[in-house]
Parts: sequence; structure tokens; C-alpha cells
Amino acid sequence: MAARSREAETELARELIHGTPGAFERFVEAFRTRLFQYSLMVCGQREDAEEVAQETLLKVFENFDQLREPERIRPWIFRIARNACLMKRRKSAFAPARELSLEELMPVRDDGSAERRFEIADWSALPEQKVLQSELRQVLEEAIGELPDIYKTVLLLRDVEELSTQETAEILDVSEDVVKTRLHRARLAVRRKLDEYLRTHGN
Amino acid sequence: MSDPMRHFRSCHEIFAELSAYLDGELPEEACREIEEHLHGCSPCEAFLVSLRKTVELCRRYAPGALPGPLREEARHALWRAYEQMLARRRNSGL
Ligand SMILES: [Zn+2]
Repeated sequence: MAARSREAETELARELIHGTPGAFERFVEAFRTRLFQYSLMVCGQREDAEEVAQETLLKVFENFDQLREPERIRPWIFRIARNACLMKRRKSAFAPARELSLEELMPVRDDGSAERRFEIADWSALPEQKVLQSELRQVLEEAIGELPDIYKTVLLLRDVEELSTQETAEILDVSEDVVKTRLHRARLAVRRKLDEYLRTHGN
Repeated sequence: MSDPMRHFRSCHEIFAELSAYLDGELPEEACREIEEHLHGCSPCEAFLVSLRKTVELCRRYAPGALPGPLREEARHALWRAYEQMLARRRNSGL
């Protein structure tokens, strides 16, 4: 992911509000692709995601003077994007949210042996490189994409956008405990997909 | 031997708290109990490694899809909203 420090975003927000030349272009560049990618994962349609990115930026520029604390620019923007996504998804809002239970996400234990073991791939061999190998990236993308919506949004906001538990709770209008519970289950589900991949395509 | 009064937590019990543990969101006492468990339970330790790496992968994840180029009229609409917002701020004396 491109380097995106909260500090740099805060500085950019300050420049934007002061009308610093070039701030507008840099702001659009910094957020448009991210908003599109977040929305694509949530809405599932390119067309919807393009619209959400544009509508979000429009609302951001219209209401920028209402952002009291520039350091909250990231959660503020994703709150707007989240609401725009909800509007897009009203058509498919009839699908009930599927719950992931902890039980189903526990690793399978191979019973009988004296030594307790989980069936688990060898993760230690996973390279620590910066750029994800394309096949693994694809598996990760599918794993996130397959998550039920309530888990997917939490994972995208917490682990991909690196927002705090509190910020994520505010964006989604849920308690911090709900964020923590959903995040854990989302990670466990993604972990399981990656584990399956590593076991069949391991080194 | 550890303190017999201390509750030795099962794999099942710590399983529910591993993300909170990784995120540093657990109280000190709960962290210590988890670490004690991990010390004596290699399956849970290996599981925690896999969970931590999953989080690292998510942090490094860059979606493949890119939006189309920003159309001129869309860019113009954003610029107009920006200018109006700045004008409103100037007029309100900020
Ligand atoms: Zn254990």
C-alpha cells in the first residue's frame, strides 16, 4: 500500500482548508483510488464504486469547513463513504447478514494423538516481503471479498485502512465491543482461507 | 508450578481473545494468562503466528482494481464545490 501516514493526511487537510495551491489535486489523488477500492469491496460493482468515490469527494469538499479536527480526516471521509455505500446497496439490502460463529472458525483438532495439534499450514515460511506475491494477493482479495458485509467493513476499516477501534465504531454506529468481535471473526475467516491455500500450495 | 489459584485458561478460552491480544486491547492480567498458555501450548502458539501474519497481510494488501480516469466534468464538479466551500469560509471571516 502506498505510504499513507495519518500525519501527512492531517497536513494535507490543513492545506486544503487554507486553500494552499495544489492541495486540491493532491487530496483527490490521495483519496479517490482508496475510496473506489473500499467501495468496490463493499458494493461489488465498479460502476457503483466509481459513483461512491465521486459522491464522497463531493460531500467532502462541500462540507470540509465542518471538519473541526483535521487529524480526524480519515475516519470522517470513510464515514461519508460508508453512508454512500449503504445508499447504493439498498437494492440488495434484503439479504440477511450472515453471522460467523467462533466455533466454525476454530482450527480442526486432530484428536487421538497424545500431543495436541491443530491442522495448520506452515506459516513461518511465508515471505516477509513488502509486495504480496500476486497469487497470494488474489487469495487474500477473494477471502476478504467473500466475508459477510458486517465483517468485511470492519476488516477493511481496521486492518486495511488502519483506523482505530473507536473510529471504526463511530463510522459504523456500533459499540467498540462489536467492532472487536467482528474484527476477530473476520480475521479468523481470512486466516482460514489463507491457511487452506498455504496447505495446498505450500513450499 | 504456577499458582494453583490462578485459572489456567483453555485453548478454547484464549481463542476468542487472540485478536484483542494482538491489538494490545486486553488488560495486563489477561495478557499474562494468554502468554502463560502460549508458553505451554505450541498449537496455540502456531495459530497465533498465523493470525498475526494474516493481519500483516491485510495491512499490506493493495487492491488490484483501479478507478477509471477522473472525467473532466466530475473533476469540475469537485473543484466548484471546493471553491464554494473556501468562499463560504472567507465570508464567515475564518
Ligand atoms: Zn492452547
